[in-house]
Parts: sequence; C-alpha cells; structure tokens
Amino acid sequence: MITHPRTEELAQAVAAWIDEIRPGLDPRNGFLARVAANALATVGRELTLGPAAEAAAVAAMAQVLARAGTHAELTEELCARIRSAELTVATPGLLAALRTMASDQLAIDQPSYRPEGSPPPPP
Amino acid sequence: MSLDVSEALSRLALRLGGEGARLAQAGRLSGGASMETWAFAIETAGGREDLILRRRGAPFDPGNARSIRLATEAALIRATGARGAPVPPVRHICDDADGLGEAYVMGRIAGETLGKRIVSDARFDAVRGTLARQCGAVLAQIHATPPPADLGLKTVDGAGELDRYEEVYRATGAGRPILELAFQYLRQHLPQPAPPTLLHGDFRNGNLMFDPDKGLVAVLDWELSHIGDPAEDMGWICTNSWRFGRPDRPVGGFGDYADLLAGYAAAGGRPVELSRVRFWQMLGSLRWGVMCLTMYMSWANGTERSVERPMIGRRVSETEADLVVLLEQGL
Repeated sequence: MITHPRTEELAQAVAAWIDEIRPGLDPRNGFLARVAANALATVGRELTLGPAAEAAAVAAMAQVLARAGTHAELTEELCARIRSAELTVATPGLLAALRTMASDQLAIDQPSYRPEGSPPPPP
Repeated sequence: MSLDVSEALSRLALRLGGEGARLAQAGRLSGGASMETWAFAIETAGGREDLILRRRGAPFDPGNARSIRLATEAALIRATGARGAPVPPVRHICDDADGLGEAYVMGRIAGETLGKRIVSDARFDAVRGTLARQCGAVLAQIHATPPPADLGLKTVDGAGELDRYEEVYRATGAGRPILELAFQYLRQHLPQPAPPTLLHGDFRNGNLMFDPDKGLVAVLDWELSHIGDPAEDMGWICTNSWRFGRPDRPVGGFGDYADLLAGYAAAGGRPVELSRVRFWQMLGSLRWGVMCLTMYMSWANGTERSVERPMIGRRVSETEADLVVLLEQGL
C-alpha cells in the first residue's frame, strides 16, 4: 500500500467533506449524509484495525478447531460444528475465542457501543 | 402523496369537528415508507384539538406481514386502555369515506420518546428510578387484557420464534458463529409453555412516551402485537440494543430487573422468573441481529437503495458482543 495518501486518509477526507456540507441539506438527506460519513469512518477503521482483527480471529478459530485454514474456511467449519452441537458453551476456549472476535469486530463497526456487562459510563 | 393527505385531513376535520371546523395545521412527523405519522389540529368554535393520524402508506399484505392491521391496532389500544394501561385516546378509525386508506386518529399527548434522552437527560433524573417498576405495572395491565378473539392475532412461542429467525438467518447465507451458538443455546433452554397472553410485541425504550414528572404516559407502536409468553415483552425492553449506552441498567437503560418484576407482580401480574425474562432478552438480541442482516440483504438484492441499509448490517456485531456475554453468564 502506498502512503501519500493512505487509503484510510482518502476515506477520512471524504467523510470530513460530507460533514462540511451536511448543515445545508434537508433533514432526510442530512440524516443519510451522517450515515454516509459513519460508513466511511467504518471503512477507515477496517483498513487500520481489520488486518490484526482478522489474524486474531484466524488464530482463535484455529485453536478451537485444532486445524489451520483461511478466515472463510475456519468460519464455515466453526458455524457447522456449532450448528451440529458438537461445540457448545461448555467447549473449552470457544466462548473466549468468540468474545475476542466480537469485541474486535465491534471496535471496527461501532466503537462507541457499550455491550452487555460494561460498567456505567464515566460521569 | 402528502398533498392528498392534507386535503383528506381538511375533509376529516369537518367530519370530526362538525360544521365550521377547519384544519389548523398538518405535517408529517416521521415513519418509514410503509407507515406514516401525521400531526394535525382541528379548530372549531369550541377550541382547538391536537391530533395524530397513523396511516399505512403501502399496501398491507396479511400473509407476509408481521404487523397487524391499523384497525386491529386501534382496537387493542382501546381494549388495553380500558384495563388502565396508559395509551393514546383513539378518536376515530378511518373508513372509505375519509379517503385516507388504512388509518386511524388519536389524541396527541405530550412527552418524550427518544430513548437516549430518557436514559441520560437531567430532566428525567428524578423520575428515572421509578420507570422500571412502572413499566412492570403497565405490562401487567396489558397482559391482563383478554385477547380479543375476533382480531386474528398471531400466536408466538420461543420455539416458533427460533425457527422463524433461523430460517431467515439461513436464507441470508451469512456465517456468524455467535448467532449459531445463540440459536443452539436457546433451543436447549426453551421455557415451559406460558398461558396465551396478549402482548404489546414491541415494548421497548423508544416506543414508550415518558413525562419528566409522571413517568410512563403512553405505550405506542402496537403494530407487532400478538399472543404469546408474557416474558417476551419483559425481555425485549431489557435487550441491550435499547438501553442507549447504559448496559448497567438492564431495563431500557433506566432500571433494574427486580423493579420490573416487582412492579409486574404488585399490579397483579402472574410472577415471572428472571431466567425466563433473560431467555427472551437473549432471543431479543438474536432477533435484532438477524433483522440487521435482513436490512443489509434488502440493499444487497436491490430492493432498497438507501445507504442506511448496509450500515445497519454492521450493527450485527453489537448483538454478537451482547450475546457472547449473555452466553457466558447463562440465563
């Protein structure tokens, strides 16, 4: 990847422009523009956080399944073995792996979301 | 379309207010493509009446729709209101003469419906601690309403809901291990059948109107009403996606389980076990996760073009983050 600019910087620049023109839009388009800027922010986070998150998910799934594979292959097998109830909440390491995958994905999709079990926000 | 509604409202003003009545104000508030909400007012010699029109803008398909007819909704509002539940007063159910299609009119009441404000605005600081108990009491009133037999309400139970949402999930083709585990776990923890009860069906922070002094003043959005397990309504208001950033306050982001359950029992509701509520809460997160997937699908298959749709698809991970904690905690 080239660095001047990086891809996430392009996304950041477009999002900033959308935020600039947003006040002049009608309410419906103003709302959609905010969604669009948020989408670009998600793209930016996926570009920066995605590779490490995917590597961590691959490692976590590989450990639970005791085999190597791509993200797609491991996800498919994990789904199938949960669906058949071969893997359950009692399977050692399964919930810990799923928790890592969920929190990494949430950090990309919606970092401000406070999941179940979070403490109260600071006052 | 909006011009048609305004004209029809002028005629409706005469019908409701009598000779000399006139439409004083009309404007569309919100709603999706299929359901419209209009605020309007009628002026007569006797004074001004502020009203709300709820109107279906797209054709209703009873075979496919999860939702009920608007006349059914109005009948349920009247029936639960007669049992003491706080609901908007139904003023008029529209017929062909009104030219508004499927619609009804209710009195406009003042209050706050934005969940985030109820959870965090200082205006609600004083009343917030009483809301969970109040929600329990109001659910007991709704659940005590004999289900009107002639309305054709659907009956739903835990197993049926899991079947329904698993079918939808499979059809999306998505592979999401946490959703798979939630389906498996919930199937293994199905609650015993409950006596058939009239449910609101969408009882959550966001569909309830609150007043900073009086607390819960109106239960809105009855379109998903059905017959089922009373704990379904209690679990849905505890689903974290509707706590607006306060996961530490499980009931709607404003209260505790114990207050919801105590308010329910004190108002005559048959006592409900917390684990049963938690079953439906977990199913609520799973259901919302699957719904987010289907919203993405509606964009992917070209049915909807709005950028909002694929972005809602990225909300699946919020339900996964919630579900994995619930799976760790157990019911």
